[in-house]
Amino acid sequence: MALLSKKDTSLILDPLADNNPITIQVLGICSALAITAELKASIVMALSVMFVLGMGNVVISLMRNIIPSKIRIIVQLVVVAALVIMVDQVLKAFAYELSKTLSVFVGLIITNCIIMGRFEAFALANGPWRSFLDGIGNSAGYGLILIIIGFFRELLGSGTLLGFKVLGDPIEKTGLYAIGYENNGFMLLSPMALIVVGLIIWVQRSRNKALIEEN
Amino acid sequence: MLEHVELFFKSIFIDNMVFATFLGMCSYLAVSKKVTTAVGLGAAVIFVLAVTVPLNWLLDQYLLRDGALAWLGPEYADYNLSFLSFILFIATIATMVQLVEIVVEKFSPALYNSLGIFLPLIAVNCAILGGSLFMQSRDIQTLGLAFNYGLSSGIGWFLAILAIAAIREKIRYSNVPAPLRGLGITFIITGLMAIGFMSFGGMLTGGDEAPKEVEQNTAQQVEEDKIIKETKENTVSYNNAIINE
Repeated sequence: MALLSKKDTSLILDPLADNNPITIQVLGICSALAITAELKASIVMALSVMFVLGMGNVVISLMRNIIPSKIRIIVQLVVVAALVIMVDQVLKAFAYELSKTLSVFVGLIITNCIIMGRFEAFALANGPWRSFLDGIGNSAGYGLILIIIGFFRELLGSGTLLGFKVLGDPIEKTGLYAIGYENNGFMLLSPMALIVVGLIIWVQRSRNKALIEEN
Repeated sequence: MLEHVELFFKSIFIDNMVFATFLGMCSYLAVSKKVTTAVGLGAAVIFVLAVTVPLNWLLDQYLLRDGALAWLGPEYADYNLSFLSFILFIATIATMVQLVEIVVEKFSPALYNSLGIFLPLIAVNCAILGGSLFMQSRDIQTLGLAFNYGLSSGIGWFLAILAIAAIREKIRYSNVPAPLRGLGITFIITGLMAIGFMSFGGMLTGGDEAPKEVEQNTAQQVEEDKIIKETKENTVSYNNAIINE
């Protein structure tokens, strides 16, 4: 493709697997886990982070030569905060229920380490277009993990996906429930998010031995 | 007085920053390899939370919330600036952290050497901003309570990182499956600790009502879903509801 050189493609694809922000770089876990009890909230969170990180990377990259390095953290925080306020206001206007569900975690995108991490590691040293791709790639990797966790927690916890009862109706005993299946309500509680991430890491590192840590 | 004691224990054990709301997980995972560094970061978090939460409470009370500007005169009573809270809170936190760093460096070099390197890290620790945002959304009533909330959430975070650092030091001698080593096992241990901390939920209710959230049958499912939807920090607001009843 003429639009994306090989290097640019790897900017997008690397964070999806072998350099995943959550499972390998250990960034952005804070706000990721608490909102994954439902698939819908996970998707919205992933999209919000994608917007903030993509735009933020471009802005920081454009300003990288005029930001004095001593106060760069404050400048970065202001840029992120402005973008997050936009996301928050849009969510409140068009998806009020969902913004209630996400509660303070939309605001916590500001301190999501993924964002500061990418600003520091990439946007301060690269041009706007590559920074944009890096932002999209990393937030896609983040979103991917969020969606996997959200999928399993909602499916096993409440037997629905995006609110649709894919496993049948638990009260009228249809579908799987007719043969005695029960929802595992424990999946909806917060500790299970951690354990699901632990299992994802386990699977990923058994498939790619190079990622195994020394201890 | 009683409400202070209640808030204190609630923020440390029941609404523990790490185990109930997952705040500050990044530094919690990154800096918990050794007990000594974990103690340094934990102390810095307690300190910064205890300073920034009351400050942000004042900002919220006299500048941001609906009608907060009424003290300027009746014509300002209609303003609601709460959409600005993210940017103001984070600015306060970033400046306070910088200020604290300068002051500590000047007056106590020994403390600076043990705390100093962690201070810049803290400006972007979700636990700090989370403390202020929860203070706002939980509607903390007085300045004293806000200070109490900041301090006790910090202590809760400190306990959590101390515990995981101690466990990680010991687990080095165990035979963990290779792909789980390091990050994976830390996640799973944290999950187990969080399950343990959920049992503190009975502390304020006398233990009578707490099992409800775990014990659920299919008939309750729909209602349960609704509860969970409404209250994302499930144990948190759930316990509030019980108290209010």
